[in-house]
Amino acid sequence: MSLRRLHLIALLPLAAALSGCNFVVLAPTGDVAAQQRDLLVISTLLMLLIIIPVMALTAFFAWKYRASNTTARYEPEWSHSTQMELVIWSAPLLIIICLGALTWMGTHLLDPWRPLDRISADQPVPADVKPLDVQVVALDWKWLFIYPEQGIATVNDLAAPVDRPIRFHITASSVMNAFYVPTLAGMIYAMPAMRTELNAVANSPVDSRGFSSNYSGAGFSGMSFRFRALDDAAFAAWVDEARTSESQLTRANYLELERPSQNVPVQRFAAIDPTLFDAILNLCVEPGKMCMSDMMAIDAKGGQDMASVTNTLPLTYDKHSRRGTVLGGQANYVVGICTPEDLSTALTLSAAKPARGGDLAPVQGAGLPLPALNAPSFTPIRLPSSAALPGPRRPSNS
Amino acid sequence: MTEQPTIAPSFLFGRFTLEAIPYHEPILVATFIAVAIGGIAVLGAISYFRLWGYLWKEWFTSVDHKRIGIMYMVLGIIMLLRGFADAIMMRLQQALAFGGSEGYLPAHHYDQVFTAHGVIMIFFVAMPLVTGLMNYVVPLQIGARDVSFPFLNNFSFWMTVSGAILVMTSLFIGEFAQTGWLAYPPLSGIAYSPNVGVDYYIWALQIAGVGTTLSGINLICTIVKMRCPGMTMMKMPVFTWTSLCTNVLIVATFPILTATLALLTADRYLGTNFFTNDLGGNPMMYVNLIWIWGHPEVYILILPAFGIFSEVTSAFSGKRLFGYTSMVYATVVITILSYLVWLHHFFTMGSGASVNSFFGITTMIISIPTGAKMFNWLFTMYRGRIRFELPMMYTIAFMLTFVIGGMTGVLLAVPPADFVLHNSLFLIAHFHNVIIGGVVFGLFAGIAFWWPKAFGFRLDPFWGKMSFWFWVVGFYVAFMPLYVLGLMGVTRRLRVFDDPSLHIWFIIAAFGAFLIALGIASFLIQIAVSIKNRDKLRDTTGDPWDARTLEWATSSPPPDYNFAFTPVVHDLDAWWDMKHRGAARPLTGFRPIHMPRNSGTGPILAAISFVLGFALIWYIWWLAALAFVALLGTAIAHTFNYNRDFDIPADVIARTEEARTKLLAAQVNA
Repeated sequence: MSLRRLHLIALLPLAAALSGCNFVVLAPTGDVAAQQRDLLVISTLLMLLIIIPVMALTAFFAWKYRASNTTARYEPEWSHSTQMELVIWSAPLLIIICLGALTWMGTHLLDPWRPLDRISADQPVPADVKPLDVQVVALDWKWLFIYPEQGIATVNDLAAPVDRPIRFHITASSVMNAFYVPTLAGMIYAMPAMRTELNAVANSPVDSRGFSSNYSGAGFSGMSFRFRALDDAAFAAWVDEARTSESQLTRANYLELERPSQNVPVQRFAAIDPTLFDAILNLCVEPGKMCMSDMMAIDAKGGQDMASVTNTLPLTYDKHSRRGTVLGGQANYVVGICTPEDLSTALTLSAAKPARGGDLAPVQGAGLPLPALNAPSFTPIRLPSSAALPGPRRPSNS
Repeated sequence: MTEQPTIAPSFLFGRFTLEAIPYHEPILVATFIAVAIGGIAVLGAISYFRLWGYLWKEWFTSVDHKRIGIMYMVLGIIMLLRGFADAIMMRLQQALAFGGSEGYLPAHHYDQVFTAHGVIMIFFVAMPLVTGLMNYVVPLQIGARDVSFPFLNNFSFWMTVSGAILVMTSLFIGEFAQTGWLAYPPLSGIAYSPNVGVDYYIWALQIAGVGTTLSGINLICTIVKMRCPGMTMMKMPVFTWTSLCTNVLIVATFPILTATLALLTADRYLGTNFFTNDLGGNPMMYVNLIWIWGHPEVYILILPAFGIFSEVTSAFSGKRLFGYTSMVYATVVITILSYLVWLHHFFTMGSGASVNSFFGITTMIISIPTGAKMFNWLFTMYRGRIRFELPMMYTIAFMLTFVIGGMTGVLLAVPPADFVLHNSLFLIAHFHNVIIGGVVFGLFAGIAFWWPKAFGFRLDPFWGKMSFWFWVVGFYVAFMPLYVLGLMGVTRRLRVFDDPSLHIWFIIAAFGAFLIALGIASFLIQIAVSIKNRDKLRDTTGDPWDARTLEWATSSPPPDYNFAFTPVVHDLDAWWDMKHRGAARPLTGFRPIHMPRNSGTGPILAAISFVLGFALIWYIWWLAALAFVALLGTAIAHTFNYNRDFDIPADVIARTEEARTKLLAAQVNA
C-alpha cells in the first residue's frame, strides 16, 4: 500500500535516530491501532504542507528585513493586499477541508462501537467468526477481565487469539479510568455505571502491556496489565490454565476483590457468575441494592410515588469509605424491591439477551428504539414488608 | 486516605486537628521553614523601613488601574515560582522512579503536586499576568483615565489574591486535591476524596473566580464605554480588541465554572447527587460542563498574547499591522468558535462517531483564523525594518514554536488519532507547547515591551537575552522528549515506570526543566539588575520603542490621570499618526481632573472571604457564619461611604506637565 510506504519514508530519519525505542503508537501490531496511526501520519503530512513554508518564511523574513539590512525594501504604510488576504485565508481552509473529510470518514470507520468488518487491510472478517467478548472492569487499582464465552476471569492478565475480532465491554467499579492497550487499539474511558465498547483485533502474536490512561487515585501508576495475542492453541492453553485455578469469581469474591489494592499480581478464576458484569454495570453487586436498570424500568413505567422516597437504607460500604456528607447526613442506597431470586432470574434473562445494552447503537434518534426501553420490563411488585429487609429502615423524613 | 476512621467534626475547630499539619513530611517542613524565613525577612524589612503605611495607602488600597495591573503582575510572578517548583518536583520524580525505585514522592504527595501545578499555573499565574497586562495597558491604549469601575478593580484583584493564598495555605495546613487540575468526579466526590483537598480546590477557585468575573465585566465596560473621541471599534489597537474578546469569554464562561463547582460543592456538602455514580448522578455531565468553561479558558489566555504579538510585531517592524481588519475578524471568529469545541477534550468517552467528528472538525476550523493571524504577523514583517529587541525575539520564537503546537493540536482533533494520543505525554507536550510557546512567550514579550512605560526605564537587555535563550532552549529540551514519550505510548500523571528504555527521555526532560529554571532566575536577575541600573536605562521620552499606540503618547510612568487632556484619535495607530502629523502636546489650559479615591474595602472583603473559605473547608461553621455576616456587613457599610472621589487641582497638573516638558526638551537638546 502506497500509504504505508509514505509514512515509512517520513519516519526513516526518526527511526534511525531513535532506534532502540519502542514506538508502539507508530508501530502497533493491531489493525485498528495501525489505521489510527495511518490517520495520524497522513494528517501530520497534510499539515506540514503549510507549517513548513510558514516556518521557513518566518526565518527568511526575520533575516531579510532585519533593521541592519538597509538594502531591503521598507514600506511602512503597506498593510493591505486583497490577493494576499485571499491566499492566507484560503490556504488553511483548503487543508482543513481535506483534513475534515479525512476526519469524518476516519471517525466513522474507526468508531470504537462499530463491529469490525476487516481483520487486516486485505482480509475481511469471515462470516462464521463471532467476536470474542471480553468484559473489562476497572477496579481500584487493577483490571478485571471476564470471558463469558470461556467462563473464566483474570485480574491484570489479558489474552486474545490472533486474527479474531475482540469486543471489549468496558465499565468501572468506582471512579473513571481509561482502558488502553497501545499495540492493539486506542483508549476508551471506563466509567462506573456506564458501558463503553471497543472493537479491535490483534494481527500477530505479541506480548505487550496495557494500562489505565486516566488518573484514578493513589494506586493509578500500578494499574497496568499484561496483554498477549496468542495463536489458537496457545490461547486454548491459556484458558485451560485459568480453568485449573482454585478460585471462582462469585459476587462475594468480587466484593472482596473490588476493595482498593495496589500493584496487584495476576489472578485467575476458573468459573464466573454470568450475571456479574451486568450487576457491576448496574451498581447492584451488593445484596439488597436495587439495580439501576430496574430503577429506570420502574421510572419508565411512571415510578412509585412516595414509596420510592422511603425505599432506602443506610449505605455502610461503598468501595472506599463512604460516610455521607456533613450537612446532608448519612449516605443511603435504594433497596431492591424484588427478592434476590427474582433479581438473578431477571439478570440471567437479560444477560442471555445480548441486545440489552449491546444495541446501544451510536445512531439514535426519532423512530429508533430508546435504549432505556430495552431494559427488562417488569411490573413493580408491592414493597416487601420492612421485616423482610436486612438492616434498619430509615424514617421517610430523614 | 482509604478506609479512614470517621472523626466527627468538633464545634470549635471543625475537622481541623493537629494531624492536619504535615510536620511528618520532611519536604514540606523544609519548604515551610524556607517560606517562614523568607516571609519574616520580607515582613521585617517592610517594618524596618516603615513601609506598611506607604504600601497600604499607595498600593493595597489603590484604585489606579496601573498600580492594580502591577500588583497583578507581582502576584503572577510569585505564584510562577510556586507552580514551577511543583513542575521541577514532578520532573525529578519521573526521572528518578525507574528500575524498581519509587522515586522520592509518595503517591499522596505526588498527586497533590501535579494537581497544584495545573491549578496554580492556569488560575494564579497565567490569569493574573494576563489580567495585569490588560489592566495596565487597555485604559492607556484607549485614552482613558481609569477603568469603568475603579473600586471593583481593586476588589477583583484582592479576591484573586485571596484564592491564591488559600491554595498556598493548603501546603501547610491540610492537603491539596489529588484529582488532577479539573477535579473530575466521581474521584473528586466525597466518597473517593473525603478530605479537605478538593474543598481547598473548590473554594480557592470560587473566591478567585469572583475576582476574575468582575474584572471581566469591568474591562468590557471600559473598552465599550470609555474610548477617547474618534476611536471607533475598528480604530482600536489590536491588543484592546483581543482584550475585549477575552473579557467577553471570561464573562460568558466563568459563571459556568462557578455553577459547576457549586454543584460539586452541593454533592460534597449537602449530599446531593449531581455527579455521583448512583442515585441519578452523572459524572459525564461534570466533564462536559467543566470543559465548556475550560476550552474557552485557553482562548482567554492566548487571545491577549496574540494581541501583544500584534503590537510588538508592528512596533518593531516599524510598519502598520498587515490586515488589521482580518486580524479583528479572526479574533472574533476564534472567540465564537471556542464555544463549539469543548468535546474534543474527551473523544474517548465513547460518544458516537457523528458527535466526535463534529467536534473534531469545529476544532480544526479554529486553526483557519489562527493560521490567518500567523500570516498577518508574517506579512507585517515583510518589507519592514525589524529591530530585534527582546519583545521581538520572543515574537519570532513564538511564531516558530506555536505552529508546532498548533499542528499537534489539530492532530489531536482527529478523533481516531486522539484515541492513541489522548492523556498521553504527547498531549502534555502539545498544551505546554501552545501555553509556553504562546501565552508565556507573549507575556514575557509584553512585560519587556511595556516595562519602560510602567517604570520609566528599560529592562536590562543582557539578562533579558539570557532569560530568553534559557526559556526557548529549555522549552524544547523539556517538551520534545514528551512528544517522543507520547508516541511510545506513555500516559500522563504516572508516578513510577518499569520500561527502562523510557528513562533517558525523562532525564532529558528534567534537564530541560532545569534550563527553564535558569530562564526564570535570569528573568528575576534581569529585574534586579535593571532596578539597580535604572538611571542608565532611563527613558524620558515616554516612547522608547518608537511605537504606535496611545499608551506611548504619555509620560513613563504615566501620571495618575494618564492624559492631561483626553486625546482625539483620527487613525488606527493613533500615536504614530500624531507623531507623523507633528501633533503638538498642549502646554496650557489645564483643568482639574475628577478622580476616584482609594478604598480599603477591597482588601478587607477579600480577607474576610479568605476566612469564609477556610472555615467552609474545615467545617468550622461558627466561623463561616461570622465571616459571612461580616462580608455582608462590610459590603453594606461600604455603600454608605460617600467620600469616594476628589479632583486633582489644575495647578498640580500644570506642574506635572511642565516637568515633562522640561524632560522632553532636554532630550531634544541632548
